[in-house]
Amino acid sequence: MEKLRLLDGQLLDLTMQRLCHQLVEKHEDFAHSVLVGMQPRGRYFADRIKARLDRITSGNVPIGYLDITFYRDDFRRRNEPLQASETLLPFDVEGKHVVLIDDVLFTGRTIRAALSALGEYGRPASVELLVLIDRLYSRDLPIQPDYTGRTVNSILSQRVVVEWTEQGAAEDAIWLVTK
Amino acid sequence: MAALSVNHLLGIKGLTTEDIELIFDTADKFKEVLNRPIRKVPSLRDITIANVFFENSTRTRLSFELAEKRLSADVINFSASGSSVKKGETLLDTVNNILAMKVEMIVMRHASPGAPHFLSRHIKAAIVNAGDGTHEHPTQALLDAYSIREKLGSVGGKKIAIIGDISHSRVALSNIFCLQKLGAEVMVCGPATLIPKHMASLGVKVVHDTRQALEWCDVANVLRIQLERQQGKNFPSLREYARYYGINGNLLRQIGRPITIMHPGPINRGIELTSDVADSAQSIILDQVENGVAIRMAVLYLLAEKIKVYGAGKAA
Repeated sequence: MEKLRLLDGQLLDLTMQRLCHQLVEKHEDFAHSVLVGMQPRGRYFADRIKARLDRITSGNVPIGYLDITFYRDDFRRRNEPLQASETLLPFDVEGKHVVLIDDVLFTGRTIRAALSALGEYGRPASVELLVLIDRLYSRDLPIQPDYTGRTVNSILSQRVVVEWTEQGAAEDAIWLVTK
Repeated sequence: MAALSVNHLLGIKGLTTEDIELIFDTADKFKEVLNRPIRKVPSLRDITIANVFFENSTRTRLSFELAEKRLSADVINFSASGSSVKKGETLLDTVNNILAMKVEMIVMRHASPGAPHFLSRHIKAAIVNAGDGTHEHPTQALLDAYSIREKLGSVGGKKIAIIGDISHSRVALSNIFCLQKLGAEVMVCGPATLIPKHMASLGVKVVHDTRQALEWCDVANVLRIQLERQQGKNFPSLREYARYYGINGNLLRQIGRPITIMHPGPINRGIELTSDVADSAQSIILDQVENGVAIRMAVLYLLAEKIKVYGAGKAA
């Protein structure tokens, strides 16, 4: 097994700083915008983005978490059963500019499901996608991110592993793992 | 990740504690779905479910039907009255005819104990027992235990008294199995004529004094007097039953500590419970009804996960 480090803690920090400033350029003080982290793994990244945006905007940027388990298109087609996570959207998405946040964009099916799930809560004014890692040439659906941390070219058998200190890792690190 | 250990929900007896916890955790997520502006998910959009009710039911059938529709399943309903069953068709023939219409799951209520077990050995569809005679009613037991967990934080270590017509109730047996699996202490209380002799062998306390049961318990799960199932006279009159086994506000005030009141419905008001108890803050009767939909969604979802998808190569 080979592990290639895509981002270390310092580079990750710089990347998040850039992403947050890009968000502020577009959404300013987030008066009409909200962050929605994708459960389960995008949540850690979304929390980091929110904490940094709060510092930049001196405000309290609204954040929620969305679980898409019941909207997946591979239900009954997987060998492993799926365990649903919590959905917590403490705001009305109707008319809001929503920034969906996930750690890795791969086939695009998760984001397709997220758009369906989000529609059950109201009609957002717009939905944008922010991802930390965009895996190029691996999309099954016509979905692309609006904000990207790092783009990588990978093959199907490779995996992107994201380690956050919140999950118990010794340090933040993003890896490309080849079996 | 966990999956249910069974392919059918025939009774609580066949479930493991892990199965019950998995159903509860999944129901938590479905409760959130039920509180959204659009209370529907597409998970079971390629599944057809037949509700086959050989006995009358209102709330259980409605609760299942709503759960199925919230999961986007296609639903067909069958009731024995006015059907070919009256013309002498066998159970197996009736169900096989329904299955020929490409049905993947069957929710069945039948007057004969063991009817869903019999079917599960002869047909391929997933079966959910919605009550078989006086035997089991597993989803009712699950939603009762889930409601206790929601109200008191956990089921383990709690004292639950099941009060009323134990003999003719399918809720009692499933409740006992479920609550014991989750670590609760269970007592049954009612007239001696309405408590089967074998009850003590199930590891439950048996008393015939309602005040004694209420003084002991954290939760009183009060059962309906099943007037339609009484073959002979098991007690002299409803008035006497209400006096000795009914629960009223006065009695609860004398106990002097909060006891959670449950009832699977429909209530005979003034007999098992007076209105001031049934509608009090201690009563979680309407929570039970709400939780029933979430629990049934969880059961259907987890069982559907085990149904083979044609051409997808997943083992059943």
